[in-house]
Amino acid sequence: MGFQQKILSSKNKITLISGILIVIGFIAHFGFGNTQVFNIAFIIASILGVVPIAIQAFGALKVKVISIDVLVTIAVIGAFLIQNYEESAIVTFLFLFGSWLEARTLNSTRSAIKELTEMAPEVAFKQMENGEFEEVDVWDVDEGDILQVRTGGKVPVDGTVVIGEGHINEASITGEADPVRKETDSEVFAGTILENGTLQIRADRVGEDTTFGKIIELVEEAQDSKSEAERFIDQFSQWYTPAVLVLAFIVWIFSQNVELAITILVLGCPGALVIGVPVSNVAGIGNGAKNGVLLKGSEVIQDFSKVDTILFDKTGTLTVGNPEVAEFKTYGDADQALSYLASVENESDHPLAKAVLSQLGDIEMYPVDETNVVKGGGIVAEVDGHRVAIGNVALMEKENIQLTKEAREDFEAYEKRGNSLVITAVDGELKALMGIRDQIRPGIKQDLQAMKALGVKNLIVLSGDNQGTVDLVAEELGLTEAHGNLLPEDKADYLKELQAQGQIVAFVGDGVNDSPSLALADIGIAMGSGTDVAIETSDVVLMNSNMSRLPHALGLTKATANNMKQNIVIAVGTVLVLLAAVFFSDWMNMSIGMLVHEGSILVVILNGMRLLRYRLKGTDVETANAKEVYA
Amino acid sequence: MQKATIQLETLTCPSCLQKIENAVGNLKGVDKDSLKVMFNASRVKVNFDDTVSIEDIEKAIQDLGYGVKRSRVKAA
Repeated sequence: MGFQQKILSSKNKITLISGILIVIGFIAHFGFGNTQVFNIAFIIASILGVVPIAIQAFGALKVKVISIDVLVTIAVIGAFLIQNYEESAIVTFLFLFGSWLEARTLNSTRSAIKELTEMAPEVAFKQMENGEFEEVDVWDVDEGDILQVRTGGKVPVDGTVVIGEGHINEASITGEADPVRKETDSEVFAGTILENGTLQIRADRVGEDTTFGKIIELVEEAQDSKSEAERFIDQFSQWYTPAVLVLAFIVWIFSQNVELAITILVLGCPGALVIGVPVSNVAGIGNGAKNGVLLKGSEVIQDFSKVDTILFDKTGTLTVGNPEVAEFKTYGDADQALSYLASVENESDHPLAKAVLSQLGDIEMYPVDETNVVKGGGIVAEVDGHRVAIGNVALMEKENIQLTKEAREDFEAYEKRGNSLVITAVDGELKALMGIRDQIRPGIKQDLQAMKALGVKNLIVLSGDNQGTVDLVAEELGLTEAHGNLLPEDKADYLKELQAQGQIVAFVGDGVNDSPSLALADIGIAMGSGTDVAIETSDVVLMNSNMSRLPHALGLTKATANNMKQNIVIAVGTVLVLLAAVFFSDWMNMSIGMLVHEGSILVVILNGMRLLRYRLKGTDVETANAKEVYA
Repeated sequence: MQKATIQLETLTCPSCLQKIENAVGNLKGVDKDSLKVMFNASRVKVNFDDTVSIEDIEKAIQDLGYGVKRSRVKAA
């Protein structure tokens, strides 16, 4: 075993030596006509070169896998037996050199994800039994350990501050560049950097359980995930390689031509086919990870690249999600009613509640005795012995509130101007009307146009807000359809309807109240701040809730899906051409076959690497803004 | 039941995957369904019980010619 390990670990040296021997052999042969040196050099190169390949082939056979190493080993031994040392030497050299090159280039396709993993902490200062802190590998930290974090150091785990205070840069998790102050009992996250101060923390979650670890794990698993097509290729190559072996054997039986049989072995290697698709996958997902887009695997890439319709949640997705009271009107004496309104909203976590409270400012509050949330309507509460109804028109009608013609006209006018309505009624009497509006996210219009340019047919907004508000947003942003007054389950039903029509549907939401739609959609796209559970339930995560990454994500999946197709064509085409050449031409031999073969592997890897540099042309937000500034 | 995460030297050929899957999956005491060989991360994740040790699993991988960098075992 030690011997095998040693051979395998010096594969690079063996490759180099056998390369030199081949050069010496050729010089001896063509320069000096010395056939003996030529033969000896090539025999040594063959034997030296085949050893590591044979060891791997043997290991594969032991676990019942017929790998490429097996084909090559048999071919080389065959060439050796018919005393074609030139071919045996060149084939082993090319195979070894090829795998070295593959390893090198593969590493660059993985570089994007490496940048991410390198941000992961590697060491920690752990409190030992004697109370001293010692540097240990982060793999050796367990939950409950006390760790020290020094200025400039990385927080190694998710934990809680026990002693000390300081400022931490949490950009790696939240995207927020301003340092956050931490003191005793503050939560800290792995991968963040302590900019000043010294902390002692207790490890709560370690390794892959940390927030940062989960993100990395997700990307890594995505890169290794396989689509239907890839699983097919895997299945195929599992049978393909033995089939090549059988074919070569049959050819040998019938033709008694060893040369031809072993040539088939070499030409039949499935190298480019097996590696072509994974390479595109890795590079595509790596590009995404670097640009704030987490794509969860190869299947997601395939689906998203074919998307017909994208559904958007409104609040927090198309709009900033920070609504404000834009218009305000009272009916009759409403002072008391406004106090009741504030008291009820004070206990609510509804996004509109915050807007209402900041509008009302400092106001007298009453204890709220009872509250009932009316789904899709609002709240009915008991305050100070009065029945207070707060919500939309539907709720007012349900509560049998007297609505004058004037009031109804107000409602309509407010809605037309894009307001969400918060109506307050006390003891059956209309008291106040508030129109609340949310700002459109800056830059979103360009993003949506870019998606249309990329071939998305329908962009549709679905919202729980009234139709007027939703229409206004749709008109301003150039959406194809707008549907308001929808409950979360209505959104899910609408989505199912589209899918039943055969459309491929993506849903973009914030992942909390829209989880049914996110799960149902062919592609669930969550706006995540990194600490969100949405990361786990969706297919695509836009890091730091950055909507402007969406066109990039779409373009990238299209480019990646194309790239995979190109690689399959290159790989299959190469094998077909080689096999045709072997039967129908006289120039084809083992060495040329191996050369073309290794060449095709490099071509697919290099083709995949192009994805690392992929950028959506002309729609990048920064460049767009820059143009505006400098134009 | 224990859960192992094993970091390997960089894997470069997809057929390595199949070899490692077969070699580790056929060890007695290894939970075959939990076995995950991650090509790009060059990492193996697997659950196993008392009839097999982490050293056995590492050896099975090393015997195929793949270096083991480090491994971490946790109760699962």
